[in-house]
Amino acid sequence: MASGNGTHQRTISALVQDKPGVLARISGLFRRRGFNIASLAVGRSERPGFSRMTFVVEGPDEVVRHVAAQLDRLIDVVEVHDITESNIVWRELALIKVSAPASSRGEVLELTNVYRANVIDIGVESLTLEISGGRQKIDSLIELLKRFGLLEVIRTGRVATLRGTLVEGEDDGLFQADASKPTYILPVPTGETGSV
Amino acid sequence: MPSYFGDQPGTVMSKHLSGSQIVCEALLNEGVSVVFGIPGGAILPLYAVLSQYPDLRHILSRHEQGAAHSADGYARSTGKVGVAFATSGPGATNLVTGLATAMMDSVPMVAITGQVGRAAIGTDAFQETDITGATLPVTKHNYLVMRAEDLGATIHEAFHIARTGRPGPVLIDIPKDVFTEMGEYDPDAPIDLPGYNVPGKADESQIDAAARLINEAERPVILAGHGVVLSRSFDELKELAEKAQIPVVTTLLGISSFPEDHVLSTGFPGMHGMAYASLAVDQADLIINFGSRFDDRIVGDAKRFSTGSKKIHVDIDPAEINKSIRVDAPVVGNLKDVFGQLIPKVKQTTHVEWLQHIEHLKAEHPSLKIPESDRLMGQHVVKALSDVTKGDAIITTGVGQHQMWAAQHYQFKNANSWLSSGGAGTMGYEVPSAIGAQVGNPDKLVWSICGDGGFQMTLMELATAVENHLPVKYAILNNNHLGMITQWQGFFYNGDYQAETYTANPDFVKLAEAYGIKGIRVRTQDELEAAINEANAHDGPVVVDFVIEKVDDLYPMIPAGQSVQELIEDPN
Ligand SMILES: Cc1ncc(C[n+]2csc(CCOP(=O)(O)OP(=O)(O)O)c2C)c(N)n1
Ligand SMILES: [Mg+2]
Repeated sequence: MASGNGTHQRTISALVQDKPGVLARISGLFRRRGFNIASLAVGRSERPGFSRMTFVVEGPDEVVRHVAAQLDRLIDVVEVHDITESNIVWRELALIKVSAPASSRGEVLELTNVYRANVIDIGVESLTLEISGGRQKIDSLIELLKRFGLLEVIRTGRVATLRGTLVEGEDDGLFQADASKPTYILPVPTGETGSV
Repeated sequence: MPSYFGDQPGTVMSKHLSGSQIVCEALLNEGVSVVFGIPGGAILPLYAVLSQYPDLRHILSRHEQGAAHSADGYARSTGKVGVAFATSGPGATNLVTGLATAMMDSVPMVAITGQVGRAAIGTDAFQETDITGATLPVTKHNYLVMRAEDLGATIHEAFHIARTGRPGPVLIDIPKDVFTEMGEYDPDAPIDLPGYNVPGKADESQIDAAARLINEAERPVILAGHGVVLSRSFDELKELAEKAQIPVVTTLLGISSFPEDHVLSTGFPGMHGMAYASLAVDQADLIINFGSRFDDRIVGDAKRFSTGSKKIHVDIDPAEINKSIRVDAPVVGNLKDVFGQLIPKVKQTTHVEWLQHIEHLKAEHPSLKIPESDRLMGQHVVKALSDVTKGDAIITTGVGQHQMWAAQHYQFKNANSWLSSGGAGTMGYEVPSAIGAQVGNPDKLVWSICGDGGFQMTLMELATAVENHLPVKYAILNNNHLGMITQWQGFFYNGDYQAETYTANPDFVKLAEAYGIKGIRVRTQDELEAAINEANAHDGPVVVDFVIEKVDDLYPMIPAGQSVQELIEDPN
């Protein structure tokens, strides 16, 4: 995935031993080769004693393409897959605290509905929304909320998995745009597609 | 795993031991017979049990860097895992250069360091250093062991990791109170490393693709790297080269993997390699790389490296494939296995025209001409060493001009007799690595070819040689300069010489004598042979101070990052 100035993004999924210091080994490897970690998500996996990590790393194309092999060298890394070009589903989660006094609250709630986000906290002057989905969907909601006054945005890293079916599905249910050219066109919801 | 204390395999039961005892028994079970180290507070509990294990010989180094390089020299020259002990904090950090040197050259080593007590970890306690953090990039793997009962399994795991796959150094950090804690040790506990695969045979499809390229090639060249040495595939390499009549060039660390008096031996290419070797690589239509990582000293400008050739890259480490050079046929596997798979599929053939052309290149570009001079030159010394010892000695070197002269002019007869810091380029490697090589090869002649600079970085280890009756012969190629620096400043900094002259070198003969070592000084070409014979005949360590001409040119040379087009053979 191109992201300007000659750098490329790759999505890597790794199964690692759940031991102290594993993240330091991995981040040390990225640092040494000059990769930037654009996002990182770690959590216990389905196998006891093992965690799954999903990274999005950025760096010069030839170098980043090598990242999976480099990672696989680490003793604590059990399995690595560069899933950038694979048929994957991926999600991110964001919590967005947005200014929402009575005067604009209705409009914010309307956007919340359209994006199928949830309101998880209501304050006198603000609302906190929870949204999950692809990056562009989240980016575009954040973009649209800017004019109301963003108080805080917290985003997780990307988590990804290979699709279970051979049928190519929609990436995030809302957007199928070229990732290198983010589009902020408000999507028209098409009812319950069940994929968001 | 054979047990040190069990009678029959399988009858051994786990034993209740102190952490220190577990360390020693596990080391013995791994076949360790010698360790190099220096004690200190945090590791004293381990030293406190050494007297119970007389089969574990401890050699007291004079600096932990020396201990690490000695373990490295022992490992390279014997193929066994080298072991070093050091205490916490400064003891452990002093190992770092030695670990980095071993890491860059894939040398199997295990370092055991003491750490402050468990309760003090993270408190900036006296002599506390986060050595597992500090050594992350210079070890293949490392451990901080927090329970005595984990020690045995960890040590067996560490040895397995150090010696298998692409070998490398592993560090085990042990808190002081873990040495004294009691725990169970089961030498037969299985190793459980789900994330660690050791490549063996390669995919047949990869072998077929490689064999096809070899059988089609008209101008093939074998590039033999350190992997051939590490996998001890000398005979296999020779068999393949002879079967298909393919000229062999080596990398700097591949030196001595192929007999240099063989007709197919074509020297080593690259920065200070033979011009004919660099030209052969450049003009080849197929490069068959066995166990080299296409290091930048060989490749120079990757875009202009041997552009007319297809490339086969055989490596045990998949991460090396396509790292710096795009290859046409990758083969991932253990070299020894791969040779076994490949040789039957390679057709017996010859490449008459190509071999004639190589002979022509060798004649046209002699590359190893020793400059005419009445004075004593570094090349004269190495040539004389090679002649007098008949290419039979184990050679260790430092880093600099003397290293390149040693690589160029010593004609190696025996496999695996060249020990040099290729990847890290560590000055000071020469003195302690020779000690390790001599310990591992008590009956062999070991010559350490030293720079006067490198020698002064680790010369304290002379005491270790004396104390342990190790008859290492040290040849100091004394140019009173950091010669390689002189050369680079001459070439690349318009002759603006800075910080490259030694005006206060010690009298190396007197220095040797101060250590109780025989010292010999050689100033002329005429004295060479007698002095080398005298050193060889002496039953003990010897330091020979060869006072050589300072020169600021060492040819051939391909400047860093350039290609064979910029090769400077000999401007005179
Ligand atoms: C530990 C270390 N420090 C610095 C260098 C940089 N360096 C490379 S060659 C060299 C000069 C070596 O001098 P000497 O040992 O006398 O060998 P000579 O080149 O004179 O043969 C230096 C300083 C190095 N390789 N290693
Ligand atoms: Mg010198």
